[in-house]
Amino acid sequence: MANFFTDNEDIQFLFQHMNLARVATLREQNFRFAKEFDFAPADAPEAIDNYRRILDVIGEIAGERVAPTAADTDTVGNVLNADGSVTYAPGIAEAVKLLGQADAMGFILPYRFGGLNGPNLLYTMSNDIVSRADAALMNIYGLQGIAETINAFASEEIKQQYLPRMTSGEWTGAMVLTEPDAGSDLQAVKTKAYQDASGQWFVRGVKRFITNGCGEVLLVLARTEPEIADGRGLSCLLVERGPRVRVRRLEHKLGINGSPTCEICFDDAPAKLIGERRRGLITYVMSLMNGARIGIAAQSLGIGEAAYRVARAYAHSRKQFNTAIENFPAVRDLLLDMSLDVQAARALSYFAAYSVDLEEGLGACVAAAQNAAPDELKRLRAEERKYKAFSKMLTPMAKYYASEMSMRVSNSSMAVLGGSGYMKDYAVERHLRDSRITTIYEGTSQLQVVASLAGVIGDTVGEVIQEILGDRVWPHELETRVVHIREGQALLAESVAFVKAQTASNAYRDLHARKLVDIAIDLIVAALFCDQATASPKKLLVAKRWLAERMPRLRMLKEQVCSGETSALTDFEILAGPLPVAD
Amino acid sequence: MGYNCVVCVKQVPDTKRITGQAMKEDGTVNRAALPAIFNPEDLNALEEALRVRDQHGGTVTVIAMGLPAACDVLRDSLFRGADRAILITDRRAAASDTLATSYILSCAVRKLKPDLVFCGRQAIDGDTAQVGPQLAEKLGYTLVTYLEELELDGPMARVKRNIGNGYERVRSRLPALFTVMETANHPRPPALLKALKCKKARAPVEIAKAVDGTLGASATPEAKSAETARRCSDMQTQNLLITQWNLDDIEADLGWCGGAGSPTKVNRIQSIVLAGGDYKEFPPTDSGVASLLGELIQDHTIG
Repeated sequence: MANFFTDNEDIQFLFQHMNLARVATLREQNFRFAKEFDFAPADAPEAIDNYRRILDVIGEIAGERVAPTAADTDTVGNVLNADGSVTYAPGIAEAVKLLGQADAMGFILPYRFGGLNGPNLLYTMSNDIVSRADAALMNIYGLQGIAETINAFASEEIKQQYLPRMTSGEWTGAMVLTEPDAGSDLQAVKTKAYQDASGQWFVRGVKRFITNGCGEVLLVLARTEPEIADGRGLSCLLVERGPRVRVRRLEHKLGINGSPTCEICFDDAPAKLIGERRRGLITYVMSLMNGARIGIAAQSLGIGEAAYRVARAYAHSRKQFNTAIENFPAVRDLLLDMSLDVQAARALSYFAAYSVDLEEGLGACVAAAQNAAPDELKRLRAEERKYKAFSKMLTPMAKYYASEMSMRVSNSSMAVLGGSGYMKDYAVERHLRDSRITTIYEGTSQLQVVASLAGVIGDTVGEVIQEILGDRVWPHELETRVVHIREGQALLAESVAFVKAQTASNAYRDLHARKLVDIAIDLIVAALFCDQATASPKKLLVAKRWLAERMPRLRMLKEQVCSGETSALTDFEILAGPLPVAD
Repeated sequence: MGYNCVVCVKQVPDTKRITGQAMKEDGTVNRAALPAIFNPEDLNALEEALRVRDQHGGTVTVIAMGLPAACDVLRDSLFRGADRAILITDRRAAASDTLATSYILSCAVRKLKPDLVFCGRQAIDGDTAQVGPQLAEKLGYTLVTYLEELELDGPMARVKRNIGNGYERVRSRLPALFTVMETANHPRPPALLKALKCKKARAPVEIAKAVDGTLGASATPEAKSAETARRCSDMQTQNLLITQWNLDDIEADLGWCGGAGSPTKVNRIQSIVLAGGDYKEFPPTDSGVASLLGELIQDHTIG
């Protein structure tokens, strides 16, 4: 029996190693739900046992039932029917049904709506597992943040009406944001929402590139305040699929063909307001988007994992020059780069999800402790602020690093397979195609860099590294590595200082932002690997190789940042050459 | 109208994972070296029963006979939606062959008076496919083997049977017993909310063992059995007690059970170790193909 949880050494290790007990205690609010629900855990060991059972079931569905259908799903895709409805590829339809039967479609929702109350970290693990089986399935399974947004911000009446049917898998959702002229810049959204005399809301406009836009529950970003032109004029509305909502086009894409990407017309479709007016983009969509970014990081992990496994097996069995090609140093090096890349992205993404759990959990503690002693309340608030700063920086970092990793690793996997990998006979070309979207949607890599930058400039990086390393006595082999990390931090500080000194405009900072973020990620991952190395001989080797590879690159990046190089700002027209003339 | 269904399930060693250590010197299976799993086609039988309940209402009761460890497959059945689980365990049932097993099962099933009984086609350890048919015979139920599709209409069942080189459609009056093929359906996954609750389900024999562990050797047998009874009734109120029957509970005639009731006598077990292992490469040329054909003809594989 193929099980994508139990057969994954790295996920197994992180499941053991990470502080799931702390996550569970916060998520279960000190296990108070056990009194009300007979399936809720009564203590941390039971919660962890539950978590293992949950991933075990997801891993079996992914390995046994989903993975065998992925190639077919990629070929068949979805069908737009004449009546505007969409038929999923058979593999996707079956997978959604199975995950619903397994109670996994309400993964992060509260027990009272039939959910599993799973923490973000566990949900991230499950998305990693599901995406390895079929990346496109994640675009439906991994959209549970939509239900979570309803849970967090909608009225009780709306929650009762929609959430039970979403946890059962009967209904799926979509986040309906993008328009032809509003992609990265969502403040430019034109779709409008208005009220009639009775107060009923309606939505009118066209949305494009909507993942699973054929779902039943659509969270639409629309302008409710025509007089306010920017993001503060936008609200979040729930539109149920119906006669006034029409999918008029399915996009033909490079990859994730099992995920329907829809163009939707809203023809005065009846709607319900979620939360308050004007907070649509700045509060609700930003919250939804942060969850979705961790989701895409996890999807990227699954793609990278799948692509790496194909290459690892192929290099072992493929013989050239009378030997398996894995015996050639260049191939070995490539495989290890891939493996470390996957492990680094997983360490970073899981730590980001962990930070989100701590931020949310501590937030709930603060809300519940209003009558506590002032010192205690102050301590809780400070902790919450700390993890809020962490997750604000780590979420875009994880999305950026993991998505770029999935492209690098599937690209390298094709290099290992050579001509065979270029053919449709192997899954690598699918992984490569699937990976390409991950650096684009839910904010491009460039936007993730921008979102991470404040934390890098403001030294959240240092606090994160301190949190991971802590104050402890390191075994000798790790002690020298920790010294390297401290040296790297000094280089980062120098780079940041240089950038800050360029006071004329922010242009120089923006020009070198990606390099600064790259340095920061290399150091955070190094700290995570060192911490993991205390519990695993394999991870000790991983940490050593990582630092040996990354420290020289880090010095190079620092040198580039501090070079004062500005040709992209000053000589763009000359270097870029004349504009191509249309034929 | 609803149908009351009974599903007979078995815990088996995972014979797909046979390795060097999995066979003993004498050629029998070393059960300790193999993971114990839900017999695969029994999962198909359970799924078929659950579909009957989904469509028509009624109940699904799962029975397993064996050591207390068989509770694992009973719990798994509860996760997947069974209403009730029954363990038949009794030292006097040890060494039962298929005849004795089907007799014991028939005594238990008779107590439940179901409309439909489902068994997997066969178990992957013994591979006899005998228990289902023998059980039908003893119950006096109509037997329909190799089920691939089932439709129910009042007191009638319409079944598509796999007959190896094709299929046939038959009709049968209820009550009936069906043996189910792996091609009949895809078993549903465990439902996690049920799993998180029913992972705590226990049979009395398991509870007694846990009490032994917590009270220790110094406690009196009376204290232990009182504590076991207390915990059992506690589990009962939470609806987490797995029913446990011994041979007396099902009023079985001991002469038909265990070794005494088993006419099967093992004459000899041969441990056959396949001695191949070397391989030969033939180049993809005309002369290579010719020499391959020559060898295949010579060892009578073809021709």
